[in-house]
Amino acid sequence: MRMRGLIRKEFLQILRDPSSIAIAFLMPVVLLLLFGYGVSLDAEHVPVAIVVESPSPDTANFTSGFYGSRYFNPITVFDFNTAEQKLRSRLVDAIIYLRGDFTRKLRSPGGAQIQVIINGADANNGRIISGYVQAIWSKWLENIALAKGEQVNLPVNVEQRVWFNSELRSKNFLVPGLIALIMTLIGALLTALVMAREWERGTMEALMVTPVKMREILLGKILPYFILGMGGMGLTVAMAVLLFDVPIRGSLWVLFITSSLFMFAALGMGLFISSVTKNQFVAGQVAIITTFLPAFILSGFIFDIGSMPWLIQMLTHVIAARYFVSILQTLFLAGDVWSVVIPNCLALILIGAFFLGLTWKRSDKRLG
Amino acid sequence: MLNTQRSETGSSNNININEGIVLEFTNVQKIFSSGRLETHALKNISLGVKRGIVTGLIGPDGAGKTTLMRLAAGLLVPDSGQIMALGMNVSTDYLAVQASIGYMPQRFGLYEDLSVQENLDLYADLQGLPKNSRPDRYEELMNMTGLAPFTSRLAGRLSGGMKQKLGLACSLLRSPRLLLLDEPTVGVDPLSRRALWDIIQHMIKEEGTSVLISTAYMDEAERCEEVVLLYEGKMLGNGTPNQFKKDLKGKSYTVSVSGMKKREIQEKIAAYPSVIDAVIKGGRIRIVLDVESPPDIEQLLPGAKVISIEPTPPSLEDSFISILPKRQSKNERKKTDKKPARTINRDHFENSGENVIEATEVKRRFGDFYAVKGVTFEVRRGQVFGLLGANGAGKSTTFRMLCGLLPASEGTLRVAGANLRYAPAAARSRIGYMSQKFSLYGNLSVKQNLRFFSSTYGLYGADRTERMEWALDEFDLSQLADSNSMDLPLGYKQRLAMACALMHNPEILFLDEPTSGVDPVARREFWSRINSLAEQGVTIMVTTHFMEEAEYCDRLAIMADGEILALGTPEEIKAGQKTSDNPEPNMEDAFISLILGKENKNS
Repeated sequence: MRMRGLIRKEFLQILRDPSSIAIAFLMPVVLLLLFGYGVSLDAEHVPVAIVVESPSPDTANFTSGFYGSRYFNPITVFDFNTAEQKLRSRLVDAIIYLRGDFTRKLRSPGGAQIQVIINGADANNGRIISGYVQAIWSKWLENIALAKGEQVNLPVNVEQRVWFNSELRSKNFLVPGLIALIMTLIGALLTALVMAREWERGTMEALMVTPVKMREILLGKILPYFILGMGGMGLTVAMAVLLFDVPIRGSLWVLFITSSLFMFAALGMGLFISSVTKNQFVAGQVAIITTFLPAFILSGFIFDIGSMPWLIQMLTHVIAARYFVSILQTLFLAGDVWSVVIPNCLALILIGAFFLGLTWKRSDKRLG
Repeated sequence: MLNTQRSETGSSNNININEGIVLEFTNVQKIFSSGRLETHALKNISLGVKRGIVTGLIGPDGAGKTTLMRLAAGLLVPDSGQIMALGMNVSTDYLAVQASIGYMPQRFGLYEDLSVQENLDLYADLQGLPKNSRPDRYEELMNMTGLAPFTSRLAGRLSGGMKQKLGLACSLLRSPRLLLLDEPTVGVDPLSRRALWDIIQHMIKEEGTSVLISTAYMDEAERCEEVVLLYEGKMLGNGTPNQFKKDLKGKSYTVSVSGMKKREIQEKIAAYPSVIDAVIKGGRIRIVLDVESPPDIEQLLPGAKVISIEPTPPSLEDSFISILPKRQSKNERKKTDKKPARTINRDHFENSGENVIEATEVKRRFGDFYAVKGVTFEVRRGQVFGLLGANGAGKSTTFRMLCGLLPASEGTLRVAGANLRYAPAAARSRIGYMSQKFSLYGNLSVKQNLRFFSSTYGLYGADRTERMEWALDEFDLSQLADSNSMDLPLGYKQRLAMACALMHNPEILFLDEPTSGVDPVARREFWSRINSLAEQGVTIMVTTHFMEEAEYCDRLAIMADGEILALGTPEEIKAGQKTSDNPEPNMEDAFISLILGKENKNS
């Protein structure tokens, strides 16, 4: 009876409080739309300026490779200064420079030179563009050789196949990662806030003088927010599949179980934060800094953990979202790969047990 | 020997109940430590709360009342000593104790986003009230508290008095044998306070409940059968109100004098060494002496025309004031020494007839709800003007409009000669405002708060230094100058807040419920400051819940539902409510009869 009372109270409060509804349902939708439509890590339609100082059939042949590619949006200019200005004003991201002597040198023994200038401010993007340019250039070489009737005999041939995300759509790994972010938000931030609210408004004092046990109070928070968090996850998964065509290659029950494990870890952190701070403002700040931001930055959701410095890599091991992001990306894109899922699940269980246990131990029914 | 017996038998032990003691503290100590600082909240307290009566816990702020309540409810563990409640050891059997007591914390413990009914359901679930007995109990409690028509309203939308009654109803759901109420009447209007006491009396008579109630109101303490007086963690007294008052027999008198202003008389008398206390009450001056002989008015007030001196029965408040160490005496004497140099003839201001505040048909609308429905009044320079009313009467809205914080929807407001509609900034630089919550920066020291608030009013350099020295000296804050304002006792916070509001020497001072929750000693200090400010020509506007404070005002307005029900001097207002049943109403009677009269008219 006591549990039922506490849980019903919690749901009524969730329904009446627009801010918890917003965090649980509006935020996921906004984040999902933002990342699904707004943020793309793919380099497509990269604006490039091709400088052709003296146009000829050869240069046209070369530039046609850029015009035909969906990766580039080329514009042709006839002097370098114009191109440089466009690069400086960020109208283009790269310059392909074909000098006036391109056609002549092409047929001389030394061969012709192409200068490629890439805006490296965004290092990642720069590397991608450089790769694309090289691909077009080697394709063009191949074509020339074929036209001359020569067989290109390269000692080694690269046969590229991209697995798991064959179209290289960044959505396919961003959207699963978002689920981790959204569940962190509901699990840790929302719980930290609502528990601190009880302390702040003095209702905790009134609850404690009833025969209710502290673990009932804790369970009365865990269960409703667990359901809310899983609801938020369901919403995100549905949107991911229906709106963004993200495949789910793993099984749904594994997804459910692993999400539950992560949810408990997040709830544990949220409850622990609020049992320490007992103040909504501080609890909110601490929850954002210790759970949400790490889940954003250090989970491998956007930034690859492998390319982080060693120290930061070690740091990511204490972040629950890291394990969950890795599980999610595997389940969505690869399938039930047990060698990934099981160790990550164990890590989640460890973190969840640690925080819930700590909160449990701290929560005796005393004020002081 | 007896102690070991008790702990062995544990919760099944009923010896205490048979003895008639439901709550017993034996040598209880409680120390709070934060960092290196240790606060002795309770020092060696031993007391017993008897069955079937109301025991009052009184004492100034920081005396340890809330700590004692929380210890009794098992929310805190004593550092030494033993607490037995209903025959059970609170430290070990706290769950069993909590299952059989009712406890209402200071903020009522309600969920504001749940309705009245949902709050009741929650606490019924938590207290394990059987389903089949609920409908009857709900009905009984709702009728008792008068909340029956509001069961579907959100608790957050209830008035202060209704919240307090709902909080009480939630703690009474399972008819507790022991009821602990922690300052249930702070900030609640007199009407609701009366209702609360009726409920408590009813519970005692009908259900045999024992009640421990902490309060800052002396008239409430007077209604308790037993009183415990706490001061700085020590118990200064324990007994019936009559036992407390015994020592003061023949030492209290009321004096009526003509030809002098009451406040002036009161101050002169209060400064006299053998006078313990002097207050204005019902148009007369009530004095308490430390000797058992009628006061020699010739000596106290040379040249005054005495109309009558009558002995009067001592009150608990008299005894409270006489028992508590007088912390302000040094300061008071110092001030009286200084006064002649600064005092300006008050009559000069009063005769000049200059209105400093003028409100004409002022209305304030929020959506289609009128919080203030056309109020008209004026305040003269150097007057103390009181604004009385229950929660939600429109006092705070009126106040905010006068301070230029909120524009009026209709009507004109003139403050210090400036029309607030056109020149709010000009008016604002000439007023000081002290809000209910004191608006201090908790993590700044006393000095830093003073410095900050003076700089917001454009005080710099030598002016500021001089003003800060004045404030530290005038409000007796020098010793605490470097403590964080957060750590100050409530009474000191109140002084600091008032000092901050006075840094720029305002002509008008607005005080929004400045004495809410402050004990009688601190309230006396506070009013003596107000009087001396008024004498210096500062106009003071104050809102209050304390009816006796209304008597200290020169004029006052009683508000309800955004309207002024009565306006005039305290005597005029009381005279207006004379009935054959009550030929000499006090302020509280007058207030209640005005409010009830209005309610009757509405229905």
